[in-house]
Amino acid sequence: MKLTPKGLLWLKVCLHTAAVLPLLWLPWAFEVGRFSADPIPELLQFLGDWSLRLLLLTLCISPLAKKLKNGGLIKVRRLLGLWCFTYASLHLLVWLLLDLQLAWGQIGEEIVKRGFITLGMVSWLVLLLLAVTSTRGWQRRLGPRWQRLHNWTYLAALLIPIHFWWGVKSGWMEPAFYLTLSLGLLWWRRDKLSRWWRTRLKAKSENKAVNSKA
Amino acid sequence: MRIHLKKKSQLSENQVTPESVYRQRRQILQGLGLGLGAAALSGPASAGLFGSLLGDEKATATKGAATTTPLSFNRPDAYQIAVPPTAERVATSYNNFYEFGADKSDPARNAQGFKTKPWTLTISGEVDNPQTIDVWSWMEKQQLEERIYRHRCVEAWSMVIPWLGVPLADIIKAAGPTSKAKYVAFETLYDPEQMPGQASRFLGGGIDYPYVEGLRLDEAMNPLAMLAVGMYGKTLPPQNGAPIRLVVPWKYGFKGIKSIVRIHLTDKQPPTTWNQLASYEYGFYANVNPEVDHPRWSQASERVIAEGGLFGSERQPTLMFNGYEEEVASLYRGMDLRKFY
Repeated sequence: MKLTPKGLLWLKVCLHTAAVLPLLWLPWAFEVGRFSADPIPELLQFLGDWSLRLLLLTLCISPLAKKLKNGGLIKVRRLLGLWCFTYASLHLLVWLLLDLQLAWGQIGEEIVKRGFITLGMVSWLVLLLLAVTSTRGWQRRLGPRWQRLHNWTYLAALLIPIHFWWGVKSGWMEPAFYLTLSLGLLWWRRDKLSRWWRTRLKAKSENKAVNSKA
Repeated sequence: MRIHLKKKSQLSENQVTPESVYRQRRQILQGLGLGLGAAALSGPASAGLFGSLLGDEKATATKGAATTTPLSFNRPDAYQIAVPPTAERVATSYNNFYEFGADKSDPARNAQGFKTKPWTLTISGEVDNPQTIDVWSWMEKQQLEERIYRHRCVEAWSMVIPWLGVPLADIIKAAGPTSKAKYVAFETLYDPEQMPGQASRFLGGGIDYPYVEGLRLDEAMNPLAMLAVGMYGKTLPPQNGAPIRLVVPWKYGFKGIKSIVRIHLTDKQPPTTWNQLASYEYGFYANVNPEVDHPRWSQASERVIAEGGLFGSERQPTLMFNGYEEEVASLYRGMDLRKFY
């Protein structure tokens, strides 16, 4: 099955619509009282959840394209990744503006002192880097290094569920579910990851060999 | 002439954020709009659509309104504070009462059918006169006091709540502690049929029920410690711990055990629920202390929830012993509060 340009356009429109729906749902949810009297932690959770879901969906695209033998599908990966970044950024903004209310001293302290916030911050920076370099221009400029850079998504996919798990007061089932999904998607790429790992080890041992000779 | 000396815990008027200042801050935040487009629509014309988003009083329905009855009480001067109390609809709809679900809005939703009549409270253990009291008829004989206390949750939010009740010391004295009594243990009702959180580990946040709490006897005898039977002039709604609960305002909120069925005096430090669940994060004492952080978040400041809504809370510094240092600091003289958190 091949994706026609028209089919691709339709798919893109559908995905954009689906991705914006949670944001459109918010005002309605507030209106009918789906959020409690202190909605800030719940809003943080909501935005974080969607960011994570979109990241996992992004990671589904290339296995799906392979399975369906449909390379055209790859063209929707960027938009999903950018939506993931959008939700992650809103999550961060709510934390900065509404939760900590721009108390910069405390914000800095929290990022450094709380492991799960450090992980969240690192993940967001990774997503930022990937979002900025997701354009065709950057793809051209970076050449083969582009793919290597964008493999950092795997790091984010690992760190974000841990950030979630570490941050909850009680109830580990939900973060465990997402971590399992994330590990599953990484398992799918085990050949690629182990290849990368082996070349790194090789490079290391070669370095050592060179050093010991010298 | 009566000279009225203000205690530190009675925050004076000028310590409260002036309204003009916080309104301004809110406007800045609202102006940023968070990409929700709420800012442009926050005028009166949109009060209906975005009212609850911005914490409008009328827009949020009083979901927590349970069958509560008015109580008569007096208002001792010593326990009034100038800070405006949290809106009643907020304090009765935003609750940690895992027996009725781990989400903050679960208790108000799931506790409405909770049967609190009849209710007996047993006082047992190291006492000369163990007793089982019928809480409702006992309540009628009490001279209830209204006390406005700051309520600081370990999750770094806080409220200001007008409680109705009696000093905990009264009921302990009446039972007559023996010389062996060193601690007071409390226990919540165990009734999985009525409390869905007790029936399901998923709903109940993985806690081992019944919920138990404890105080050292001298803490329990401190005049601030209170057995509350009401709030906002009425009996307690079920989601807030009807018909009788503990209020210890210098400690984190989870010490304030709800729907109590047993008070047991012992010679040993009793187990406490959150400490059992995560001893590294929640201690037996759980005194409010801005200098001892929770491992995963700072306790140096708190968001004061007043009107509810996205912009309905202000961050303020947390005070030692939640501002009740003068009343309780002597209980912990010589103790390392980093060790005994």
